[in-house]
Amino acid sequence: MWPMLVRQTRAEFLKLWRVPAFSATSLLLPIVFYAFIGIGQASQVLQGSHVTFGAYFLASMSVYAVANVMIFSFGISVATERGMKTDLLMRATPLPPLVYLLSRCITAIVFAALTLAVLFPFAYIAGGVRLEAEQWFTLAYRVLLGSIPFIALGFAIGYLSGPNSAVAVINLIYLPTAFASGLFFPKQLLPQIIQNISPYLPLYRFGQLGWDAVGAPTSESVSTDWLYLIGYGIVFFAIAIWAYRREESRKFS
Amino acid sequence: MTAAAQLIDATKKYGSVEALKGVRLDIELGDVVAMLGPNGAGKTTSISLLLGLRKPTSGKALLFGMDPTNVLARSRVGVMLQESGVPQMLKVSEIVDLFRSYYPNPLPRDRAIAMAGLEEKANSLVKELSGGQRQRLYFALAVCGNPDVLFLDEPTVGMDVEGRRSFIERIAEFAHMGKTVVLTTHYLEEADQLARRVIVIDRGVVIADAPPAEIKSKVAGKRVRFVAPAVDEKVLQGLPVSAVTIKDGSVQLLTNQPEAVLRALFQRGVEISELEVSGADLEDAFIALTQH
Repeated sequence: MWPMLVRQTRAEFLKLWRVPAFSATSLLLPIVFYAFIGIGQASQVLQGSHVTFGAYFLASMSVYAVANVMIFSFGISVATERGMKTDLLMRATPLPPLVYLLSRCITAIVFAALTLAVLFPFAYIAGGVRLEAEQWFTLAYRVLLGSIPFIALGFAIGYLSGPNSAVAVINLIYLPTAFASGLFFPKQLLPQIIQNISPYLPLYRFGQLGWDAVGAPTSESVSTDWLYLIGYGIVFFAIAIWAYRREESRKFS
Repeated sequence: MTAAAQLIDATKKYGSVEALKGVRLDIELGDVVAMLGPNGAGKTTSISLLLGLRKPTSGKALLFGMDPTNVLARSRVGVMLQESGVPQMLKVSEIVDLFRSYYPNPLPRDRAIAMAGLEEKANSLVKELSGGQRQRLYFALAVCGNPDVLFLDEPTVGMDVEGRRSFIERIAEFAHMGKTVVLTTHYLEEADQLARRVIVIDRGVVIADAPPAEIKSKVAGKRVRFVAPAVDEKVLQGLPVSAVTIKDGSVQLLTNQPEAVLRALFQRGVEISELEVSGADLEDAFIALTQH
């Protein structure tokens, strides 16, 4: 099984890597945001803490980048393959579905790690962000682990949308939600109505994990954030499994 | 003899539509079979059941005596589907290699690519292939695993005459390797050229299952065609004809006594032009069998 997994993962990686709309955007957009928004005020210290805006924004963009990779790489690739009927052909091959799934997960994690490998040095060099080694590490592992619910969300979107609508759906929902979750500027600067909703958004809870890792002040405890994410994870997985089963019974029964 | 693929009293309903009605099919190893039928006859449904892509509503589908979704069964089978897709951003050589890795004893990569005539395109991305080249890629993917049984569902649809001709040669080459081939088509020449056994299927039921020559002999031997404006079936009453089609003054029929039929038509005062008398081929047999 291992040679098959290695080959399949390599193929899945190339499939995404060779699409600049995905690979370049995933790797470069967070840096572009950081350059425009983060660098200018990088050394400013946030009210009521000793954390710089540069560090806060690094955490935000790490969360943004990784959740983005998960949703896009699963959402769009699943929707596109369904649209192109690639799923029919793959179904007729002896490739075990588990290998297929694992290869995609590994690819997504590799891409997510790549975005951090680009973002972290950029924040260090251009934003002058200085953190303890432990903080860098905590930020990285929390961001990777906390992205799991977004894998499920990506799958759910992929099975529920068509190939054209998937891109639209994700783009229309993702960026505004990122704003509403306080990823681009602290929650306090958002309109009151949105401030009331943000604590319930999964990206907000995800963001909290990151901000806490760099030492920025957060409401409630990290455990609460994890609980929210786990809860969202369960809901997204349930939706993804339901959508997958619906697809099975329509196409393959 | 082991049955390579079987349908045992297989019925398939999509909602209220019965696509297959209690079909019995046995394909032995080494068979070269063409499933012939008009659109909607149940050809693709039969293949889907045999490949485990769909489950029968009742009855059974077996591949090498196993459930078709079994990985062991699937690893002996190569498939070219009517509705199919491949990742656009991989090279031809990469995707052939990928599919080869799914099978226990694949063909060498270059051999599979050569069998499909894609040597020049081996390093091109899939998205750079033309329609015909993409069909050939699907063929390469179907044979690269060196399967015992090759399923091809309408493989030459959309190809021009030359493309179809050379494609049939490729399929024949594969069949000559001693493999089992199951081909569905509505192109009668393909069935005639390739198959040692023709299964005619219409409206979910098998209506004939025999070598091509035998099927041709089941229907009257000569095809008569002519143009006669303002003519209808009455003018052929009592004559030994079958499979009569009359359209815009063009008449076509099958008969074993073409001379007698023509004599009768002249006696009945029918004005005929553009007369053609030829041997009935599989197309005529097919029309005769599926006409309602």
